[in-house]
Amino acid sequence: MTAPMLSIKGLSKSFGALQVGDNIDIDVTEGELHALIGPNGAGKTTLINQLSGMLKSDAGTVVFRGEDITSLNMPGRVKKGLARSFQITSILPQFTVRENVAVAAQAGAGSSFRFFAPVAGERHLNEIADDLLTRVGLGNRISARAGSLSHGEKRLLEIAIALATKPRLLLLDEPLAGLGQQESEASIALLQRLKADLTIVLVEHDMDAVFALADRVSVLVNGRVLATGTPQEIRSNPGVRTAYIGDEEAA
Amino acid sequence: MTGGIRTRAGILPAVAANWLRGAPSVWLFTVLALLPLAAMQGAESYILSLLTRALIFAIAALSLDLILGHGALVSLGHAAFLGIGSYAVAILAAHGIDEILLQTSVAIVAALLFAALTSAVSLRASGVYYIMSTLAFGQMLYFFAVSMSAYGGDDGISLEGRSRLLGYHVLGSDMTFYYVVLAVLMGCYGATVRVVGSRFGRVLNGIRENPWRMRAIGFEPFPYQMTACAIAGVMCAIAGVLLANQTGFVSPAYMTWQRSGDLLVIVIVGGIGSLWGAIVGAIAYLLLQDALSSMTEDWKLILGVILIVVALASHGGLAAAVTRVSGRARKEP
Repeated sequence: MTAPMLSIKGLSKSFGALQVGDNIDIDVTEGELHALIGPNGAGKTTLINQLSGMLKSDAGTVVFRGEDITSLNMPGRVKKGLARSFQITSILPQFTVRENVAVAAQAGAGSSFRFFAPVAGERHLNEIADDLLTRVGLGNRISARAGSLSHGEKRLLEIAIALATKPRLLLLDEPLAGLGQQESEASIALLQRLKADLTIVLVEHDMDAVFALADRVSVLVNGRVLATGTPQEIRSNPGVRTAYIGDEEAA
Repeated sequence: MTGGIRTRAGILPAVAANWLRGAPSVWLFTVLALLPLAAMQGAESYILSLLTRALIFAIAALSLDLILGHGALVSLGHAAFLGIGSYAVAILAAHGIDEILLQTSVAIVAALLFAALTSAVSLRASGVYYIMSTLAFGQMLYFFAVSMSAYGGDDGISLEGRSRLLGYHVLGSDMTFYYVVLAVLMGCYGATVRVVGSRFGRVLNGIRENPWRMRAIGFEPFPYQMTACAIAGVMCAIAGVLLANQTGFVSPAYMTWQRSGDLLVIVIVGGIGSLWGAIVGAIAYLLLQDALSSMTEDWKLILGVILIVVALASHGGLAAAVTRVSGRARKEP
């Protein structure tokens, strides 16, 4: 068996007395789409924050492509190929849509301590940006100010920004949150395409999307991994049904 | 944006369209280059000296606008760099060194050291705590200057004359000095515009917009912010070198936190982030201050009222007001 691409071992996090991550073990295999599901407050976003380096873990290790990255900060992890999107949209509102993506491409294309040449004229950065924007379906919004985009468009822009860092693994925190039916379907189709080239860890509440997209699913409840398995295994796991899916159906 | 430019783009060549878009700063510098000639008509050396002073403050305000307008770094200690520049002149002159290029080099090195030291500490904090820490560093330097009794302490120190340039007393002429200051201002403006539009400038602006987004694409804000502080500090110290030469006198009063506050007001009134607005703001602020103080003892009260009106009436300061007016004018057939 090959070593997993991302190996999470014994990861813990607490905020004061509140234990939001309790000895979490998850392995993500290269090429898979690994969904993280669980009720609100289960610790999914906290785990994404720990994996992306935004939050320091209290204990445990994160190994990415054979390298211990536990002590790396966020920019350091991005350079290793670990990119994320945010649950609450996080863009550069005064920048144009193209600039939002081009600046992400710039991060991986040589030094940014260049003070005189106009960056707007760097054609290869703009080309990367325009390609990615077309790929996520924002090809017609390239010159718009990012702050003026609709919520759905901003979610797509987030994905384009993350892709511009040339990630090997993408951490997506609820990319479908707040989207309408049509937008949601378009985004699912996009994730379906992305999954062909990328390893993805997906936090999502939309169960239809999760079961349509995921190769494997880990269920988080109260900061612990309750189960990991294929969508079929998770669906038929009685523990999961009572702890989580049952709750949803009852609600 | 100005609709006028877009509708005329088909008629005017691209060059002319570009020139029009650059209009505010082009017009501004043209007027500033011609002003002394007008002042000469009345032989008003006082006006020339006031204008020179305004341009020196414009350089200082411009440097602050780089970190405030493009880095969202609110500094209440920026005048410390004015002090560093002017004390470099005064201290070296007291020891017989009056070559301005040497004085400026010392000022630049000192400004870099001070910027590196203070921003390494201040940038660990953010928001109000950043402001407070810049204030504290500024005040520390102020009290250090007060304590330098060999160089006049609290009373300051008078210079025997203007610095020499490459051994010549060319700066002694008020007219020549004005144009030297104007040339430095134009150089600083051009450099700042380039920096803002560069790779570095884009990262700096991105950090201003959303530091976590920038971290998430691989940029750690600190080195970029620190570099911006160093560039701004050096530019402001150069203004300090010129200020000492303009007034012929250097004192700790140049680096009080009130002086830093003046610079903030100039940038805000001029229009944060527009760069040329900082120049307009500095000129407006100094001329207004001068006019009001010659009219009444209570000029600060009137100035306060005017500043409040400007702050409320013009979103984006004088720069935005000018852009709005000229945009409207261009739309007319």
